[in-house]
Amino acid sequence: MNKLVKLFITSISAITLALVSFTSSFAKVEGDYIVLGSAISLTGKYSSNGVHTQNGYNMAVERINKMGGVEVQGKKYKFEIIYYDDESNPKRAAQLAERLIKQDGVHYMLGPYSSGLTKAIAPVTEKYKIPMVEANGASRSLFTKGYKYLFAVLSPANQYLEVAIDLAVEKNGGKGVRIAQAFEQDAFSQDVRLGILDAAKRTGSEIIIDDKLPKELNDMAATLAKVKATKPDVLVVSGHTKGALTAIRQISEMKVDVPMLAMTHCDAAKLSKQHGKKSEYALCASQWHKNLSYKDKFFGSGKKYDRDFKKEFGYAPPYQSAESSAALLVFKDAFERANSFDRDAVRDALKTTEMQTFYGNIKFGPGGQNTAKPMILFQVRCKGDECENKVVAPTKWASDKFYHPIPKWSERS
Amino acid sequence: MDFLIFKAPMLMVQASLDGILLGILFALIAYGMALQWGVMNIINIAQGDLVILGGYIAYTMYLAGIHPAWGVIVSPIIMYFVGWYLYKLVINKVVDRDLFISILATFGIAIVMQQLMNFIFGADVVVAQSEYGTTMLFDNSVTLPNSKIFSAFISVLYAVGLVIYMKKSRLGRAIRATAQNARAAKILGVDTEKVYAATFGINAALCGVAGALIAITLTLHPYVGLPYTVRSFMIVIVAGLGNLPAVAISGMGLGLFEEFADYILGTEFRIGAVFMLLVFILVYRRFKLSKKREYLK
Repeated sequence: MNKLVKLFITSISAITLALVSFTSSFAKVEGDYIVLGSAISLTGKYSSNGVHTQNGYNMAVERINKMGGVEVQGKKYKFEIIYYDDESNPKRAAQLAERLIKQDGVHYMLGPYSSGLTKAIAPVTEKYKIPMVEANGASRSLFTKGYKYLFAVLSPANQYLEVAIDLAVEKNGGKGVRIAQAFEQDAFSQDVRLGILDAAKRTGSEIIIDDKLPKELNDMAATLAKVKATKPDVLVVSGHTKGALTAIRQISEMKVDVPMLAMTHCDAAKLSKQHGKKSEYALCASQWHKNLSYKDKFFGSGKKYDRDFKKEFGYAPPYQSAESSAALLVFKDAFERANSFDRDAVRDALKTTEMQTFYGNIKFGPGGQNTAKPMILFQVRCKGDECENKVVAPTKWASDKFYHPIPKWSERS
Repeated sequence: MDFLIFKAPMLMVQASLDGILLGILFALIAYGMALQWGVMNIINIAQGDLVILGGYIAYTMYLAGIHPAWGVIVSPIIMYFVGWYLYKLVINKVVDRDLFISILATFGIAIVMQQLMNFIFGADVVVAQSEYGTTMLFDNSVTLPNSKIFSAFISVLYAVGLVIYMKKSRLGRAIRATAQNARAAKILGVDTEKVYAATFGINAALCGVAGALIAITLTLHPYVGLPYTVRSFMIVIVAGLGNLPAVAISGMGLGLFEEFADYILGTEFRIGAVFMLLVFILVYRRFKLSKKREYLK
């Protein structure tokens, strides 16, 4: 009896194994479906942005499938995504990428949320020669490692606030400005810092305060006291949502008067909602805004995307969702141009991508970064207690005039 | 590097006041830790997470339209029961074991709490607005957020209240007796089990107060508890157990030290400097103890 049971178990496991290996060898394209894989932060500290990313992916999958799918060699295919929760943990993300590729047989990947997690996954996709289109890893170091299978639809981190410095110089009559900056010590923020250093050099500006904020820090009083004492022309802050919220809270409490304040992550931090009028005049870097005039045939315009997304998920799409949706448009375009499911053919097609999406123009540079889309800046403006983000730069898309200098706290009601 | 702070005397005043006000708040958290460390011999890794949970209680009130400052009354009441149940659920099983087990257990509690808070309140960083305004001194060159002054004041109030309670009340005396000698206290009729539960509850309540204050002065996020644990651990290490004035002084001292390290060494070494100080103090203490031992020989 015992022997029989053993034999039974062995044969069952043998069959399962055979089945698994059989299905996985076809998993890249199953029937009518092109299977993409993604490790995404559904729990842990990145979970809110992870969900924005996932919603962006899902929205695009549904839209593309509904509008005829992807046509390869005369046959129509649909997209399908296998998700795993990476718990906002880089190690876990790398394991899951490995699992997606080796066990699930995924041949095409979508990126996770954040630069840190993309950095953890990229070596894995590179090792197995899996093309990955990512939409949420902006760190410059992703694009200097010579990765051949990594493509990012977003602008790299060093471009985030360069425009702000140019704007300050322009307001200063073309002369260099005095910059105070505080950046968190993480890959992304430090890349933003490098961009500012470049811009300062280019414009002959001087950096008078250059603080690096420890990750655990949630108090910037010392930095702001220095800013008060030295009176710079521009204050630049980047430290994810925590940095943005802390900066506005303490600038308003300490009554720090500075003519221009430039930041990142304002919309992710829901700055205008959480701090209301205190956040007015803050200048924020963004990858995308619904008012931009880019168009495509799947989502129409940014405004239409905004409406559709709201209807589907019940909240206005942050740029993290928009860029994630764009990643799928890029994949569809590449599959159709490659007209094949061969990984290298798809990669080569991705490399020569040149298209417009509702999110912006997309063309990949030699490192895989998107070189065709500029960053935009918006400024928080309030009417009564209602605050809104208005695009002020670059001038081509500006819907409102850039308000400069910021009025002193003593003059603000 | 030129030292900005020595050029502008007002910066010195600003840094000192910032450091002291924040230090007082940290001292309150540390006092709770010292109390239950002294009584139960447990190093509570979840201390910071209790603080953050307290903060979220105040934040929830703020969302409901109640002024978040009321959190300093509501939050400790809720947190007392949270602490009490945590004791009954987990801590009472590790209270007589060695320190390592209790560190593991509270570390586990910390992880569960973080995930639960993330699940309930979301992963966004949030703030509660007190709209308390700002006090300006010396012709606007030194600015103190009233919310920070408020939080220091409330911290002192609670700490003093607790000291009096520990001295005068029956439970306070029972707690102190248990801290001195649990076995003797038990023989003399003190229900030590109850004392432990109450102590853990009081600690959680103190964390609740501190959390509500942090909600209106700093920011909240489910995963920022650990720095508060580490800071209060340091304050307790420096001050020693069961010595409230020392905890207060050490809290303010650390706050000051941190602010000045920021100006002199740079912001990036701010927290590093505090760790260096900790190492220095531990080595110094060991050195002093070893001298004492030699003398006894």
